[in-house]
Amino acid sequence: MTSLAIFGADLPYWAQSLLRVLGGAVAVLLPAGTIVYLFLFKMMSFMQSRLGPMEAGPYGSMQLFAEVGKWLQKEDISPTRADKRVFRAAPLVVLMSTFLLVAVVPFGPDAYFTDFDAGVFYMLAVSSISTLGILMAGWSSANKYSLLGGLRAAGQLIAYELPMVLSVIGVVIQAGTMNLQQIVVKQNSDEIFGWNGIGFPYILTQGIGFLIFMIAVQAELTQTPFDMPIAESELVSGYMTEYSGFRFLIFFIAEFATAGVFALIASILFLGGWGVPFSWFGWAPAGSHEIDNWMNVGGPLIMLTKMMVLTGIIMWVRFSYPRFREDQLQRFAWKVLIPVSLVNIMITAVLKVAF
Amino acid sequence: MQKPRIPGLLKGLGVTFGTMAQTLKPKKLGGGAATVQYPREKETPTVRARGVIALREDNCTSCMLCARSCPDWCIYIEGHKELAPPRRAGGAPRKVNKLDRFDIDYALCMYCGICVDVCPFDALFWSPEYEYSEPKIADLLHDKTKLGEWMETVPEAPELEAGAEKKKGK
Amino acid sequence: MTDLVDRQKLSYIAAQAADARLNVELETEGMTLNIGPQHPATHGTLRIIVRLDGEQVIWAEPGAGYMHRGYEKLTEVRTFPQVTALVNRIDWLGSFANEVPFILAAEKLMEVEAPPRAQWIRTILFELSRIANVSLFLGDLGVQLGAITPVFMAFRDREYVLNLIESATGGRFHPNFDRIGGLKEDLPAGWITETKQVMKKLRNFCDEIENLLFGNEIFQSRLRGIGVIPAEVAKQYGLSGANLRASGVDWDLRRDQKIALAYDKVDFKVWTHPDGDSFARCWIRLQETREATKIVDQLLDGIPSGSVMAKVPRIIKVPEGEAWVSTENPLGEMGYYVVSKGDLGPFRVKIRSASFNNISIVPWVLRGVYVPDVISILASLYFILGDIDR
Ligand code: SF4
Ligand code: SF4
Repeated sequence: MTSLAIFGADLPYWAQSLLRVLGGAVAVLLPAGTIVYLFLFKMMSFMQSRLGPMEAGPYGSMQLFAEVGKWLQKEDISPTRADKRVFRAAPLVVLMSTFLLVAVVPFGPDAYFTDFDAGVFYMLAVSSISTLGILMAGWSSANKYSLLGGLRAAGQLIAYELPMVLSVIGVVIQAGTMNLQQIVVKQNSDEIFGWNGIGFPYILTQGIGFLIFMIAVQAELTQTPFDMPIAESELVSGYMTEYSGFRFLIFFIAEFATAGVFALIASILFLGGWGVPFSWFGWAPAGSHEIDNWMNVGGPLIMLTKMMVLTGIIMWVRFSYPRFREDQLQRFAWKVLIPVSLVNIMITAVLKVAF
Repeated sequence: MQKPRIPGLLKGLGVTFGTMAQTLKPKKLGGGAATVQYPREKETPTVRARGVIALREDNCTSCMLCARSCPDWCIYIEGHKELAPPRRAGGAPRKVNKLDRFDIDYALCMYCGICVDVCPFDALFWSPEYEYSEPKIADLLHDKTKLGEWMETVPEAPELEAGAEKKKGK
Repeated sequence: MTDLVDRQKLSYIAAQAADARLNVELETEGMTLNIGPQHPATHGTLRIIVRLDGEQVIWAEPGAGYMHRGYEKLTEVRTFPQVTALVNRIDWLGSFANEVPFILAAEKLMEVEAPPRAQWIRTILFELSRIANVSLFLGDLGVQLGAITPVFMAFRDREYVLNLIESATGGRFHPNFDRIGGLKEDLPAGWITETKQVMKKLRNFCDEIENLLFGNEIFQSRLRGIGVIPAEVAKQYGLSGANLRASGVDWDLRRDQKIALAYDKVDFKVWTHPDGDSFARCWIRLQETREATKIVDQLLDGIPSGSVMAKVPRIIKVPEGEAWVSTENPLGEMGYYVVSKGDLGPFRVKIRSASFNNISIVPWVLRGVYVPDVISILASLYFILGDIDR
């Protein structure tokens, strides 16, 4: 079964590619926009007893377009002593990593971009490309604050990549596959000691893994309390200090789009992804063939809901906490998260063998 | 690194969530945001608020006291003497001071209230009006007609708190 | 306590190591970073020049004066009532508190004393301006450490206090309400009940901040043991206010000094903290805000009746002489040394503002710390730019 089968598998190749690109853009930009409006504009304001934007559109819902318009009008400045080519490319590298990430996310039984067996592996690999972009931005800006921010970002992202990988391994062991689609199907078709009322979302057994994954995601996204690289009270804006206009906009979109994509991935790995427990509808427990076609529309909606809940938590934490110091943050990763996730892997492996 | 105790972190989340619930609660139930949507809703400034200075031209004798005691000298007064008809029939004509110019430059004024305080003839008053910003800084120079118009917005002085000495009638 | 001594030792060792590193032969070139004069962390135009080795500070120096307005000189060409309007602007967050010591000094020279009611109202407004000032510090502290929400709560609840100050004095920021010999007017009706409600809200705000920030483990780990100032050093640098009390020195001019304010009529606790680190400084301020609301409550209950203005001539001429009065302002000890030659205005005024002395310790305390701690230490020392540069 090819991807996007709902649109008919017999489309010519170019049309399929176009559809995929469009689908990718929607999958990146739609969550990003929703997150920014719902959480950054509205939830943050409510938490600070304000109303947030109210003028553009009903309840300020068009505010985002106004902001984008504003940024596009701005001059694209690059500092005289900056390494121009690298400076200009950096935001694109960051955004690219987001697009590459979304490529493996399955949204429904047939609604996916690519379906390959090393999905988890690929996802973890491309998610660190953004580190490169951030380092490039920090280094090429010819600004001391940017440099400090870039270096901090590199150190932090590398440190938190590890717990993230390790926490995912637990899921991979339990599912016995690295294919994200398979992981989703497994979670919804498995049963807990013969009871199949809610499938078997891995958060039940991998609770620690989920927690570590979310913490690592928080750090990967450089959201408070891990926002040392952009620490606006120390480093002005870290690696983004010298950016303006649409390059800043790209950084901005990438930040929230990545938040969305990571939330999607977390929901796939731990919360059962697009699926509903298959037993509700009497679908066959294995393989995606017997699943009703409406899941291709319902699946993305379910995913979106789960994503919103998870990003909501990410943002909630962001608005409530102060930030760590650089060394505390490293210590937390190496001394707490990594050992705990290693223990988690061990226990999972033992239990897997035992059952 | 301290051992992570959960309560502190969770309490913080609780506070922000509480504030959100409070903001989302309908106005009728005592909720709502702490902010107001300015051009649509307005807060009324207190009676004593120092918004803008109003001038009662008839009372002013152009004695220049206010202009002299203003800390940044932003009051400009010019006047001349005029003969007014006598109060009683048959009396000598009185000399009165006529204001030619009475300008306050609000670009300079620092709203200290000294001018209103020192005026011995009750010609200056504070009004809590505050919406008089201008696109051009020169337009912030209010002349005596404009200052006179503010007189309508001057409120009554508020009642005093219990235990205060009653003001002697001025 | 032993814990503390260890931490102090550690920070001394770090400082020593930083010194030593300057002298080794294979010295890597330090990076000079200008924090400010335009920087989001310095609320105003303070410039801190730091030399960095990696992220460690090896040398730091505050560069003040970007906002010098020459108040001491300005006062020489102003009359006494005009000076009151000017000195309002020194510490702009607690402006009423700036007027009081100056007026007290002038009253001392003229040998008048404000009537009791005026003294009580002065004390109430003094404490209200302390609350307005320090509550903003509590919010701003969060911003410096990356938490964005507390500052909005601070602005929200500080607004109530500013409204109170405005409804009594007419000015939100710059009351200019003190006169030599008393106050401009009496309080408007209903002010006392309103104030009591606001004080309740403020105590609630303190609880919120305590839950949101001070109880937060991340916050504590950021501030505890950082920027330790031992009591001896604090005294040598002339720190005052909460910064000094956080080092364990029990020193509060409100209690220790007999001046014409109503502090001796209320009972309040002077908070001290033995640690002397950044957390202690912030914590002391939180407690002081609470204490201030209690002081206001007590004062409101016992306000005497009577006039608010003593008999003074309409044109104020201060007799020849010199006087020094200092009070415990929100930021620390603030005092005026007024020299009068019997004119309409003072002959010379020396202003001792708290922040100027408080930041003089910056080179000492910043040595050996990391860049993120520079920010948190500066935030916990708490200065107002106008109070540094005058
Ligand atoms: S309020 Fe003060 S500054 Fe403004 S005009 Fe009056 S005396 Fe001058
Ligand atoms: S002090 Fe009063 S009477 Fe004298 S010039 Fe000023 S406004 Fe007129």
